[in-house]
Amino acid sequence: MADTHAHSVRFVRETMLPQQEPPAAERGAVKWMRQNLFSNLRNSIFTLIAIYCVYWLVTSLYPWFANGIWDAPSIRACREILEGDVGGCFAVLTERWNQLLFGFQYPSELYWRPTLAFLLLFIAIAPVLFRKVFPAQMLIFTALYPFIAYYLIWGGSILVPVMALLGFVAGYMVYARLVTQSFAMGFFGGIIAAFVVWWLTGLVGESTFLALEPVASRNMGGFMLNLMLGTVCVSLSIPFGIALALGRQSSMPIIKWICVIFIEFVRGVPLITLLFVASVVLAYFLPPGANFDLFVRVVIMITMFASAYIAEVIRGALAALPKGQYEAADSLGLDYPQAMRLIILPQALKISIPGIVNVAVGLFKDTTLVSIISMFDLVGMIRGPILASTEWNGVYWELLGFAALLFFVVCFGISKYSQWLEKELATDHR
Amino acid sequence: MKNSVFLGALTAAGLTAGVAGAATLDDVKERGTLNCGVTTGLVGFAAPDANGEWGGFDVGVCRAVAAAVLGDPTAVEFVPTTGKTRFTALASGEIDMLARNTTWTFSRDVDLKFEFVGVNYYDGQGFMVPKALGVSSATELDGATVCIQTGTTTELNLADYFRNNNMEYTPVPIETNAEAQQQYLAGACDVYTTDASGLAATRAAFESPGDHVVLPEIISKEPLGPLVRHGDNDWGDIVRWTLNALIAAEEYGITSANIDEMSASGNPEVKRILGSEGDLGAMLGLDAEWAKRAIGAGGNYGELFAKNIGESTPIGLSRGLNAQWTEGGLLYAPPFR
Repeated sequence: MADTHAHSVRFVRETMLPQQEPPAAERGAVKWMRQNLFSNLRNSIFTLIAIYCVYWLVTSLYPWFANGIWDAPSIRACREILEGDVGGCFAVLTERWNQLLFGFQYPSELYWRPTLAFLLLFIAIAPVLFRKVFPAQMLIFTALYPFIAYYLIWGGSILVPVMALLGFVAGYMVYARLVTQSFAMGFFGGIIAAFVVWWLTGLVGESTFLALEPVASRNMGGFMLNLMLGTVCVSLSIPFGIALALGRQSSMPIIKWICVIFIEFVRGVPLITLLFVASVVLAYFLPPGANFDLFVRVVIMITMFASAYIAEVIRGALAALPKGQYEAADSLGLDYPQAMRLIILPQALKISIPGIVNVAVGLFKDTTLVSIISMFDLVGMIRGPILASTEWNGVYWELLGFAALLFFVVCFGISKYSQWLEKELATDHR
Repeated sequence: MKNSVFLGALTAAGLTAGVAGAATLDDVKERGTLNCGVTTGLVGFAAPDANGEWGGFDVGVCRAVAAAVLGDPTAVEFVPTTGKTRFTALASGEIDMLARNTTWTFSRDVDLKFEFVGVNYYDGQGFMVPKALGVSSATELDGATVCIQTGTTTELNLADYFRNNNMEYTPVPIETNAEAQQQYLAGACDVYTTDASGLAATRAAFESPGDHVVLPEIISKEPLGPLVRHGDNDWGDIVRWTLNALIAAEEYGITSANIDEMSASGNPEVKRILGSEGDLGAMLGLDAEWAKRAIGAGGNYGELFAKNIGESTPIGLSRGLNAQWTEGGLLYAPPFR
């Protein structure tokens, strides 16, 4: 056969041609655009409209940023410099950045303290958030972090956080000893022991041992206050929420009804009402002369609010678990705390991650509501002192845009983390 | 709260809650600071500056009282209050006095059990229009669209005023002053109405304030003044007469600059005010030079006005009703004798 061909055909290819690239219309960006942006007439029209919108946004926003004034003493000076051009007056941010971040009363020479506490926060939550990456020993620092942060932010004698820590340690030791007999005994024994230690150390009285300059909580404000309220309330409301959810499922009627009433009452009341109660009504109820820090009052109220919501999220997760899981735990001979800790809650919490994160993000943004009870959080600082100063009255977009940016960074971070965590914990085969 | 060092420490520096005893003066002296309720921020009246120092027209009253009582105009703990928390803060004893552009009304004075000690600013509802509209009087506003904050007394005043003058208007309801600025500048309404001092501050924030005019008509009475709790008349007297001293000082020409000369060489009334004659201070439970310190703290009424909200400031309010009675205004301090 080969011979016949050799005589009848002038040319026979003996090697393979090298692969050629696909035609220009079928590769790279062009292909992607054809597939995704211009696959048919309707899509093409929408694409063009979208491109026009983006173009319009960019061309109208760009000069606002590019002409932005970063150094001026007041909005009028900004306008003089701009001479009628479009441009943002970002000078308000450069002049008042410290007030936006720390509030206007935190002593400026002490800014390093909350900043350090903020940086340490990352070290403290890293082993909690990424258990596999960081060694478990770092959890010791996490446990110490609340006391370190309190010492740094509020200042005062180091004895105060140390004594508080001692109370917790004593409580835990009593709990560990008694819990072998009964969970309830250990639980209440631990609480009593902690309070006994606090009472005893309270007798020591004021001290200036290793004291940092104290800062009252009414002097705190700005984004720092939002972060403090958000962190404290989220981390407190998760354990409370779990306890409430379990209590609501309990077969003991008193506990069950206490939890049901608490959850339904708190969920039925707007957060703003609770904040008013914290700031206004409690002042009437407390005995004359009683000092009860407004920050603590607000933390209690927001924690109550968030834990009621988290309890419902977790209750949903508990209900979603097959009954077989509960029965399996029983059949292994585990008692109630063991069954919950080892079998039920790990599965339930995994299901409830999106819900909890949802509550956490909402809670963090709700911390701006404290501005209406005259605490100067980020929004309170903007609406109150900064917009009310004769220099900056009338600067809205720059300030509120800055606030939105700060909140977006934090909330987007939380949301990305929760998506990662869901994938990390996914053990089913969907 | 001393049963636990943890809570005790957290609360130690907190707000003083609970109703203070009758003798507010003693409490203030013991504490060493005056707790003065102010607004969370109102242009020209009270706002902290870039260094966190409070300044403004209402703040000036607080500082004068602190100077009179404690001898130090900086010994003031400013407690910012919102429109919703101000009265509870005063009633519960968290603050000793409230200087927060609060309108003196019957129900606040009588029913809420407060005592207004005087008026430090006579405000009233006014109208602002663009100059291009060519309107020079509110009576020419028939058929106008009006930006108005909902749920306020200004809304009711507006309706009354237009009905009394047989005029029609279209309301454009808005929620906040910030929204009002945007709507008004965008031309959504011909007229913006709110308190005259607020109009002036809003106008001052515009890019070209000269293109807008505040009409001369004032259609409501808003006497703003400092107030104290019922039940401690001695303390109320101190705040009242400190305010009166500031007003009288302007009338008699006592300024922060010439105060020393005046106390040596002024007329008998001036000498009584400044404590170089008579014993007015002792009657209040203070020393003789209380008013001298109060005036020296930030100047007399006129100086406070000029520095914070007067015509040389960006807010640019004219004295109007707030001039001395000798100059056609309403300020009239009772005699010091």
